[in-house]
Amino acid sequence: MTEQALKIPPAFTAKGLTKVYGEGTAAVHALRGVDLTIPTGEFVVLLGPSGSGKSTLLNILGGLDRPSAGSAHFRDRDLSAMNDADLTRYRRDHVGFVFQFYNLMPSLNARENVELVTEIARDPMKASDALALVGLDRRETHFPSEMSGGEQQRVAIARAVAKRPTVLFCDEPTGALDSTTGRAVLKVLTDVNEQLGTTVIIVTHAAATAQLADRVIHFADGAIREVVLNDTKLRAEDIEW
Amino acid sequence: MVSPLNRKLIRDLARIKGQAAAIGLVIALGVMMLVMMTGLVNTLDETRRTYYDRYRLADVFTPVTRAPERMVDRLAALPGVAAVESRVAGAALIDMAKGELPVRARALSLPDFGTPRLNDIYLTAGRLPESGHSDEIVLLEGFAKARGLVPGYKITATMNGAKRQFRITGFAQSPEFLYSTAPGEIVPDDSRFAVFWMRRAALGAAYDMQGAFSETLIALTRGTNPQSVINAADQLLAPYGAAGAYGLIDLQSNRFVSEEIRGLQVTARSIPPIFLGVAAFLLYIVISRMVQAEREQIGLLKAFGYSSWEVSFHYLKLVLVIAVLGAIVGSVAGVAAGNSLAVLYQAYYKFPFLVFAVDPRSFVTGFATSILTASIGSLFVLRGVFRLTPAVAMRPPAPPDYSRAFDPAGAMKRWLDQPSRMVLRRLSRYPGRMLGGVIGIAAGLALSVATLTVMAGFGETIDLSFTVMDQSDMTVFFVSNQPPKALLELGRMPGVDHVEPIHVAPAVLRNGTYSYRGALEGRPEIPILNRVIGKDFEQIAMRREGLIISQSLADVLHVGPGDWIEADIRQGHRPVLRLPVIGTAQTLTGAPAFMEIGALTRALNEPQQVSGAYLTIDEDYTEQIFEQIKGMPWIAGASLKQDVRNALVEIMNTGPGSVRFVMLAVAAVITFGIVYNSARIAFAERARDLASLRVMGFTRSETSFVLLGELAVVTLAAIPLGALAGYGLTYLMVKGFSTDIYQIPAIYSPQSYGWGMIAVLMSAAVSGWLVKRDLDRIDLVAALKTRE
Repeated sequence: MTEQALKIPPAFTAKGLTKVYGEGTAAVHALRGVDLTIPTGEFVVLLGPSGSGKSTLLNILGGLDRPSAGSAHFRDRDLSAMNDADLTRYRRDHVGFVFQFYNLMPSLNARENVELVTEIARDPMKASDALALVGLDRRETHFPSEMSGGEQQRVAIARAVAKRPTVLFCDEPTGALDSTTGRAVLKVLTDVNEQLGTTVIIVTHAAATAQLADRVIHFADGAIREVVLNDTKLRAEDIEW
Repeated sequence: MVSPLNRKLIRDLARIKGQAAAIGLVIALGVMMLVMMTGLVNTLDETRRTYYDRYRLADVFTPVTRAPERMVDRLAALPGVAAVESRVAGAALIDMAKGELPVRARALSLPDFGTPRLNDIYLTAGRLPESGHSDEIVLLEGFAKARGLVPGYKITATMNGAKRQFRITGFAQSPEFLYSTAPGEIVPDDSRFAVFWMRRAALGAAYDMQGAFSETLIALTRGTNPQSVINAADQLLAPYGAAGAYGLIDLQSNRFVSEEIRGLQVTARSIPPIFLGVAAFLLYIVISRMVQAEREQIGLLKAFGYSSWEVSFHYLKLVLVIAVLGAIVGSVAGVAAGNSLAVLYQAYYKFPFLVFAVDPRSFVTGFATSILTASIGSLFVLRGVFRLTPAVAMRPPAPPDYSRAFDPAGAMKRWLDQPSRMVLRRLSRYPGRMLGGVIGIAAGLALSVATLTVMAGFGETIDLSFTVMDQSDMTVFFVSNQPPKALLELGRMPGVDHVEPIHVAPAVLRNGTYSYRGALEGRPEIPILNRVIGKDFEQIAMRREGLIISQSLADVLHVGPGDWIEADIRQGHRPVLRLPVIGTAQTLTGAPAFMEIGALTRALNEPQQVSGAYLTIDEDYTEQIFEQIKGMPWIAGASLKQDVRNALVEIMNTGPGSVRFVMLAVAAVITFGIVYNSARIAFAERARDLASLRVMGFTRSETSFVLLGELAVVTLAAIPLGALAGYGLTYLMVKGFSTDIYQIPAIYSPQSYGWGMIAVLMSAAVSGWLVKRDLDRIDLVAALKTRE
């Protein structure tokens, strides 16, 4: 993957990325000048304690938030210069999100939740294919209230990947799940990465997840402490929780 | 030391202050209306009672043609009679400036010395006439003010055929003339009817009543039934041309005031509950939303050992604080508004003073109902608090269950995209919530529609009365019944185009125990100048075989076509007639009963007579006609249609009818309040879903659709329901607004519905825009981090 990354332009590059919340003495520096490159197609894990700035970075790269200073590029496009409509377009065309609390629409069943995205995407896969990818093809007509947490999260992943996103952002995707279910969800994410070539960026403080990653970025206090390239990727089934 | 829970309460209140204020305001408005209207009604009622008491208004009035003074003692000896006072009363015409109609007046005697024992007057300026000064009068203040007269002025009046000049020594108000209406007319008008008082000797001389009287006033002992005294007095005075004694209830001025106070009472009872109901509904939604959002905290409190009761009471307190604050604000505002309204009404009714009588019960009712309605709303929610176990509360909530919902969205799969499906599913999954919104908005619409219809009804009353029915220009009243040649004389005046006779025979109309003091009106077979119309505005011809009565009279007497009524005629030979009702007519003022004029004459067993006439005249001759009328001693007075019309409009706009303008404002506020709150609540409930959509790449407008689509469906569903409810509410409100003077028809006015709907749609559009603004500003990250 790394050699490939040298030939294909990186998915994200960030320079001096800074995010400050609030002002004056109450100001919180969530990001303090982060420089970073994320190659296309990698499985990246952002690790660090809470408040270290990893979610903030994910939100900026995902087009949900804007940096206070510095630049963040998706391919050759400057995210920090985009207006609201451009960011919406960017999220619509390129980005998939998976959250800790799934954020499914309770009023839509599994397939309809996926179709929510396929209806507006440029080149989506079929909703049933996306659900098959996460192993839920037999529960298509079930509503969120009828599914377990792991199943709901898999629907969320199916929804996120159904548009064939360039990049998939996951914020604590296994945070609310037990280890068995968590493994199953991570398996889906590695499958997506390998089969579809989607760049996957996961924010977590479950260190075990790092065993799946191509690249592990350690965060502390709003800055990158260390970037580790992982040469011995494990399969999701094999990781120690 | 404030307990932590109470501190939480205070901070929660601060957090939802906008919504709390909005709900508190609705409660305050309801309580304000309640306190204001009941306070106003009480104050007016109490003031009227005190005024009557203090100025010793009689309980029974006995008009006669001419009775000897000794009859006073006979009347005083009747059981139940506390006091009797005789007086001379006569009709007069006051000359106004040249080119103006003379004004009809009633001349009343004051005792030769001092003030009357009954029906005293309140001197507002100047002094009483001196005994022995036969040219001094005290004038009714209302008329004096309307005509810009001051004490010291001289006026000329025709009394008993003779022209005389008088000096005004002062102005007075009288409880007998809160409203002053010329005999034969229905609409009170200060400027077209005068009352003046003279010393008895002077007035007696003018009307040839030395040693005699033309009316007695009777005060009753407490607990006496007026009817027994009325009957006895009628019997005693029959030989002297008794026109029929009547009680205070039938005194025209008192009847109007009572009717109007009754109308205010209806409003006081019907409007506040609507407000309080809406407030309860809003509180329910807000509190249920809060309990949902705070399930973790509730679980935590329970885990610490707080009981369900304690936790429930904590949330109940929040509701109570809002309800009590609303009730306090409403009460204070209600008292203030009630008092200032009462001052307006004081001027309107010409009370010399006001007795503020705030009903403490209205505070109790206001507080109790606002607390009760607010609590009922939240009780349903608190059930939920009880059900939460600490463990459940500490887990994230399960997604709301849509699986068992009746699912029209699933059935229409092919035609719907996912956002439309979300809108539909939410509506079909939470029909109660949707219904609540629908009912709320429908209530607002109904209120608007009904108020607007009533407004249109006021206009309709004016139009129908003065363009469709009354096509004359002028009405002439005779001093006494005249032979038909009087009509010829009127017709001969240059400028008079048509003359149409009317014969009014005062009568008490009865059906069993129901009775109404009114008159039989004899009209030509086909009245042209003042038409009688049916329900569908078709002209009704008079028939010889029976009566055509107004619908309002039919309602009072509980009769319809085919029934018979008894007419106790109060003039001439005073026959008692039994007459069949052969039809009903639509009338908008008064409660008349019509009969063909010749048939009426025959029934009365009298020579042919008329008591007045409708005229159409050539405008250019108006002044000339006025001058000629002044020279006809048998004419008691005349009125121009235009003046009557103006007077009626004035009464409708300044009296209790003016409440309709307040109601319209209230309806608009309520409609907007409900629509806006529904939108706000829907937004609050779905912030996270909507943020998710934005994250997935839905644009702002696409996301708004999910939220506003729901509002649109609810609003559209509410419109037919509201229109229907408005139709029903119109009937209730029309009853409240109709008085003895005028009836407001419950018309179907398409414009009112149109405007009501436009108001609702506008409210929805503005609310939608306000909420969309917030939606556009939503912090995506924060919305997603918060757990439901």
